[in-house]
Formats: sequence, structure tokens, C-alpha cells
Amino acid sequence: MPQVTLTVNGKQHTVDVEGRTLLVELLREKLGLTGTHIGCDTSQCGACVVHVDGISVKSCTQLALQADGTSVLTIEGLAEADGTLHPMQEMFREHHALQCGFCTPGMVMTAVDLVQSHPDGLTEKEIREGLEGNLCRCTGYHNIVKAIAAAHPLMHAKAAE
Amino acid sequence: MGFQGIGASVRRKEDVRFLSGKGNYTDDINRPGQLYAVIKRSDRPHAKINGIDIAAASAAPGVVRVFVGADLAAEEIGGLPCGWQIHSKDGSPMAEPPHPVLAVGKVRHVGDPVAVVIAETKQQAKNAAELIEIDYSDLPAVANLTDAVVPGAVEVHDGVPGNICYDWVIGDKAVVDGVFAGAAHVVKLDLVNNRLIPNAMEPRVAIGDFDTSSGDFTLYTTSQNPHVIRLLMGAFVLHIPENKLRVVAPDVGGGFGSKIYHYAEEAIVTWAAGKVRRPVKWTCERSESFMSDAHGRDHVSTAEMALDAEGHFLGLRITTLANMGAYLSTFAPAVPTYLYATLLAGVYKTPVIYVNVKAVFTNTVPVDAYRGAGRPEATFLLERLVDVIAHDTGFDKVDLRRKNFIPADAFPYQTPVALQYDSGDYQTTLRVALANADWEGFEARRAAAKGRGKLRGIGISTYLEACGIAPSAVVGSLGARAGLYEVAEIRVHPTGSVTVFTGTHSHGQGHETTLAQLVVSQLGVPFDQVEVVHGDTAKIPFGMGTYGSRSLAVGGSAMVKAMDKVIAKGKKIAAHLMEASVEDIEFADGKFTVAGTDKSKALAEISLAAYVPHNYPIEELEPGLDETAFYDPKNFTFPGGCHIAEVEIDPETGVVEMVNFTAVDDVGRVVNPMIVEGQVQGGVAQGIGQALMEACNYDPSGQLLSGSFMDYTMPRANDIPNMSVATENTMCTHNPLGSKGCGEVGAIGSPPAVINAVVDALKEYGVRHLDMPATGAKLWSIIQAARPLMAAE
Repeated sequence: MPQVTLTVNGKQHTVDVEGRTLLVELLREKLGLTGTHIGCDTSQCGACVVHVDGISVKSCTQLALQADGTSVLTIEGLAEADGTLHPMQEMFREHHALQCGFCTPGMVMTAVDLVQSHPDGLTEKEIREGLEGNLCRCTGYHNIVKAIAAAHPLMHAKAAE
Repeated sequence: MGFQGIGASVRRKEDVRFLSGKGNYTDDINRPGQLYAVIKRSDRPHAKINGIDIAAASAAPGVVRVFVGADLAAEEIGGLPCGWQIHSKDGSPMAEPPHPVLAVGKVRHVGDPVAVVIAETKQQAKNAAELIEIDYSDLPAVANLTDAVVPGAVEVHDGVPGNICYDWVIGDKAVVDGVFAGAAHVVKLDLVNNRLIPNAMEPRVAIGDFDTSSGDFTLYTTSQNPHVIRLLMGAFVLHIPENKLRVVAPDVGGGFGSKIYHYAEEAIVTWAAGKVRRPVKWTCERSESFMSDAHGRDHVSTAEMALDAEGHFLGLRITTLANMGAYLSTFAPAVPTYLYATLLAGVYKTPVIYVNVKAVFTNTVPVDAYRGAGRPEATFLLERLVDVIAHDTGFDKVDLRRKNFIPADAFPYQTPVALQYDSGDYQTTLRVALANADWEGFEARRAAAKGRGKLRGIGISTYLEACGIAPSAVVGSLGARAGLYEVAEIRVHPTGSVTVFTGTHSHGQGHETTLAQLVVSQLGVPFDQVEVVHGDTAKIPFGMGTYGSRSLAVGGSAMVKAMDKVIAKGKKIAAHLMEASVEDIEFADGKFTVAGTDKSKALAEISLAAYVPHNYPIEELEPGLDETAFYDPKNFTFPGGCHIAEVEIDPETGVVEMVNFTAVDDVGRVVNPMIVEGQVQGGVAQGIGQALMEACNYDPSGQLLSGSFMDYTMPRANDIPNMSVATENTMCTHNPLGSKGCGEVGAIGSPPAVINAVVDALKEYGVRHLDMPATGAKLWSIIQAARPLMAAE
């Protein structure tokens, strides 16, 4: 069985995988990182979004073997080691941007990449378009958009520190 | 920390867990020695099963067992039960054909489960399922509701002639017909309520576990009501008594109705775990969800209103066909009857109403309650009809509504269709919504849009719904096979912290927060010292679960009753400790006080005395401070309100842009305004989805065309506008909280507001009505067809 070596949330792992194993299956089933969710089988819902080398990726769309040598960040690795929430997590909580919580990990990981890749600011329209790959059935997106807008200045202020 | 009781927008307890990836959803649970189940489903809409060859699958690597319907039948495993019996107008009970857990003899819809493979890994089970050979003889199928009722139509079940499950009426036809005969205006509308697929983001999962030492079964499942599943599956399907069956519904990723029902897979994994004596896990793939989760809506109706010369509604006459799908799902028969026809008075004082509902079997996935369940269908029909009346008669659509509203001083108000509304103020919700939406300024916005080449329209919906369906005796007389009370246990621990055990279930509603706020307000216990436990039959005394916006109105009321008992007992203990009479003890802000003195004891002192009863009235009182209440409501609750949608249509593409949405709802007492707003926003998004994009389509042969997120259009962030959400509340008069429920108002009130806005935008194109969803393609065709006619005028 082929092997894949990758860093997940700062920790290196070497895992035996089948060729057909998806990155999301590696995370959930081999590493027990069940915060990353599977909501569909057509790469439509975005519940499985993680960062691979800093870029948001639908982990159901990538083979585990393709992640060899990469650094993966999942929702479990987003908060600080002492449990202090990332500004995006904090703003999701503050603005009630989650209800059932199932889409939330993917939504947050997408949002973090969206904010990081738009240092000069994000309009509401850009936020809504940036969430095109993530489905939420609970919130109507209203508060997710608000949370992301609120997290933007906090994240960039933090990055400037 | 500020005020955290009733009325505060407390941030949610559950959020840190969900935001950190520490939620505990059913698919996150893995049991030691667990096997994996994969269901082999019918790819045929309707076929006779001549034989099933499982030899190759059984011999495949990793396969432990393969089961087919005959294996369950041999053990007299029951079919999936239906929880509501409707009687037809001739008094006969509805047709209730068997609903086998695994198909026996025939398959009746694409997705009907035929066999299950149990294997060491999911991949092995999947590979083996491909090796099962099913010898089918295809039968003609019928998927479309109206096709299913024509004479000579294919029959889905033997012994159900004409595919009619029931033919039910409410109201006196002769009286209503008489009113129509003398009416100044009669306006008629044919309309369709489009079939939807709920699509909670978490697909269903079920894990069966069997304890070989105790003989106990445990089912972990994505359910909105674990006790109901234990009752239905234990008593009717697998014949496991409650004391040997535990059902756990942990964090559940959205339900919207689709996780109320007892599904075949729950019975399969539980039964199979007992057979193979190892845990068995089934995880639904999304494409499987599309063909196995109960669908919603799917009505075809004709509605007629009789009016006098001044525009007063005199009588309403409706016939509806309601699709049941191939089998009766748990609560399906109740949806188009007691959750639909009884709502057809709406907010109006229409004096006489007659409704005939025919429930129809088709070769499609079973249809059951989806967010709103019957009430969105009633609201869409009424609120479209009112706009069409305005269109046909020339009455102003707002004045017409105002003129026919049940006035605020008319409550309690008995409708002609069985319900008695306890409270409401429809003029106020309308007035505030018109102001919030700047209704008066609309024509200027329409003109500005026209300058940009866009067609702008505004639409209104003044709606009413019914929540917390009850009381048990009444629903029993209407055919419910269960009670509809709720249960709460309030456990005050020795040092004064509190655990709430609720029979309701949270799958996004935020009960861990809202229900804790009730304890803060009533017992004065700090928010952080209150824990809410739900979703486990081993922990919670009993419960009916969460649906129909009942958790606060019914479940919260049970908590209030249980806390009343805690206070009553606490007063006796306090009286003993402070040497006063019980009548002189007052309880407020977490303290028992002797009236008129400064003598007091905190709740924690009383609870400590209750658990360490050294100085305690032990002769008359048991130790402990742990009280349970069952609350059976006196009536439904009746939220209502006004929704206003504003759209712009690009005439070149037909694409609708939602530009504004205003909701003003009356949901009774609000415990957490932030959560209420979120519930309304989410419901509105689902309503916009139904109105503009969502449609479950079958081809005429019964193949499901909208079988994935690539074919079934879900609303995305860019499809939904910012919303103005507000409440103008009147209190429910018959429950101790005054709360009415807010979970469904968004999905109920919004679809007609959106379609009314679309029709308004297209008024120069001669559009009187159009059915949902108002897709770009549909509108483009309407615009294209009308243009030559307009040019010719």
C-alpha cells in the first residue's frame, strides 16, 4: 500500500493509504480529525474545506496521495494552542453565523482564505461570491457574511502585529 | 457578564465546540469492531423482483453478511409504521400498504432499499454491493401526481385502487357552494406547490450496536426525535422492548423535518448488529440522500374565493392532490390534512371554507413534512390567491388584506376549519412591515430600475401558521398515533448547578443556550452553571422531539412546570430551615426569602440540604431536588406576520435578483432575539430557494432527474439578499412562556411574497400567476412569448 507523508496542524504523519483514498478520508478515518465533514459526493457543498499549503481546498476532491509533502491545516488547528479562537471563529460566534454547525468548519476555512487573499478589504458582494463553493442550509448566509466582514479588519490587524 | 435570562441575545454555548471541529455528529462516532453497511437500492421506479443473487457479493473480500428482504420477513420483522391515520370522507381508513424495511416482491421507487452488504470496510461493502445481481421485470411507473389519478393509471400498490390513499374533506360543501352561487366575484386559481428535497447539510447516518453480554441494543442516529424512533422501531419493527433499546441522536447537522421519520436504515443496522454481533455503521452518501430522505411539498390545487362587491371574502373552496410517494412516511398523511387544510383560513375571517384533499401514491420517494409542512402549502395558496383576486377584480392588494384580516380584538377566534387562534395582531405586523420595506417608496425604485433596464417588483404575504401541534387528546381524535406533549427533567445538583434533560432535540436551534436562559430567569442560576442534555433515551425520561417549532412552546413549557415543582419543594425545605411557614416563603432571583424579613437561603443552600438531609423535613419530604414534568399543551400556538419581497428581473435573461427582503413576525415571547433572527433568516432562505430555484424533478418514467447538488439548485450566498428581520409579538395565551415558535415562519411566509414580487415585476407582460420555482429559464420564456404580443398592441 502506498504511503503518504504530510504535516497536519503542525504535526507530521506518515500513513498507508489506498490509491483511491481521498484527503478527507485520510483526515477523518486515519487521523481522527472529524472536524472536517463530508456533506456531498460531487464537490458542491464545501463542508470538507481545509487549507493545503495555505490555500483552501475541498478535501473530498483531492487524493490523499496528492497531499504528500504538503502542510495541511484543518479546523482543529485554527485556534491557538491555548484554545484562544481565531478571529474568524470568534466572529462566527459573535454574529451567530452557525446553527447546526455541520457546514461550519468548511465555511470558516473558506472564509479565512478569502480574507487572507483580500488584504485590501472585501465588499459584501465579494464575500457572497467568495462563498460560492460552500452550502449552508441553516443560516441563510446573512450572519456568515456579517461575520466574515467583521473578521477582516481583525485578521489583518493581527497579521500586521 | 451581563443579563443572560429571557430576552438576552446570549452567545451560544454550543458554538465553541462546533467552531473548533469538536462537534460529535453521528458519522464522527466509531464503535470498536465496527462493520460497515452499504445499501443496494433499486435503480428502477417500479419493478417486480424475480430473484436476487447474492452469491458473488457474499464471497467478496471482507464481506461478513448480505441480507435481503426475505431474511427480515423470515424473522417477522415489521414494516415501517405510519404514525398518523386519516379517514376518508366516507369514513373508511386510509390505505396503508406495507412498507417493508427491505423490498419484498416489488420495488416502488428509485432508491427503494433491496439488500444490505455488511463488510469489514466501507469500500469492501461498496465493492460487494456492485456484485449483487437483481433480476427485475420492469413495470410501468407513475411519478407525476396528476398522472396517478387518471382512470387506468398504473397502480403503485395492489389493493389501492386509483392510487388514492385517502379522499378527505373538511367543511360543508353544500353551504360553501351556496355562498359561491350568490357571490359578486368568484376568482379561481390553479397552482402547484413544487416538490422539494430537504437537504440538511449532514447526510443521515445510523450505527447499530449490540452488547453481547447484556443483550442491549443501541442505535446512534441522525434523528430529531430519538424517543419516537425507539418507540416506532422497537415496538413495531424489531420487537425490542424499550428497556433493551437505547437511541442516541448526538449533534445533528440540520433536519428541517427530514430527520423526524423512522427510516429503514435505522432498523437495518440495529437488526444486523444483533445478527453479526458487531456494531454496524451506515453513512448515507449525498446521492443516496436524494433518493432516500423523505421529500417535501408536492401539491396540485385548485382554489376559488367568493367575494362580495366590496371585496370581503365570503367563502373558499379548494381541491388538492397531495403526493405521498411510494409508501407512507411516518407523518405523511397528517401534512396535507391537519397541517394544511386547517390553516386555510389564514389571517382572514373567511366565514366558510371547504377543502377536499386526495392523497396519492406514486413511484417516487416518500413525501413527508419539510420545514413548515402543510403550512407553506396553505400560505402559498392563500397569498397567491389574494394577489390574483386583486389582479382580477382591481382591489388594491394591501387594502384587500386589511379589509379581510381577523381583527386584533376578535381573539380567541374560531375559524371555520377547526382551529381556534388564541392571539395575533395582523394589522400591526402588516403596518410595520410596510414601513420597514418602504412600500410607499417602491414606485420610485421601480422607475429607477426601469432606467437600468430592469423589471422591479414587490410582493407581500400576510401569513399565519400553527406550531406545537397539540393537545394529545385532540390530535389523537384526528388520527395521531402518538401523544404530543413534552418532557423536562430539572436536576438541581447538591451544590446548586443545574442539568436540564429535555425531550426536545437541537439540530441547529441552539437549545443548549435558549433552554439554559429559561433556567437563568426562573431559578436564578448563572448561565454557566446550567447544562442542557438532549438526544439520548438513556438519559432523558421521555420526549417527542423537535419539529413543528415546538421546542420552546411545548418543551420550554415542560421546563417551566418542572422548575415550578423545584421551587415548590424548595419552599418546603426553606420553610423548615428558616422555621417559617411554607406560605410565607417567596422565591426570586435564586433565593428563598421569608416574606417581610431579611431571612433568606440561596437555591444552592436548599439543594445541599436536599441531598445532605441532616436538618430536613424527612417525615414529609423525600431528599433530593430533581423534578420531572410532562406538559401537554391546551392548543396549538399561532405565529403569524408579514413578509415583503422585492426583486429585479433582467428581461434579457429572466434571472431574478432578490434585492430586499423584509420580515415582521409575531412569534410570541422571544427568549433569545439573536437566535430568533437566525431562525427567520434561515427559513426565509429556504423559502427563497423554493420560490426561485429548488425543484425535485422526475422524468415521466419515474427516474429522479434532480439527484445531486449539480442538478438540484440549492440557494447559495449570492442568491440570498440581506434581510430585514423584526418581530412584533403578541403573547400565546395558553402556555406559561407566551412563546409561539419561530423555526418555520421564514419558510412559510416567504415563498408567496417572492412569487408575488416576480408576478408584480412581470405585470406588463400579462402574467397573472406562475408556479415555483421562478427560474431564469422559465421567466425568459414568459418574457419572450409576451414580447411579440406587446409589440403588436
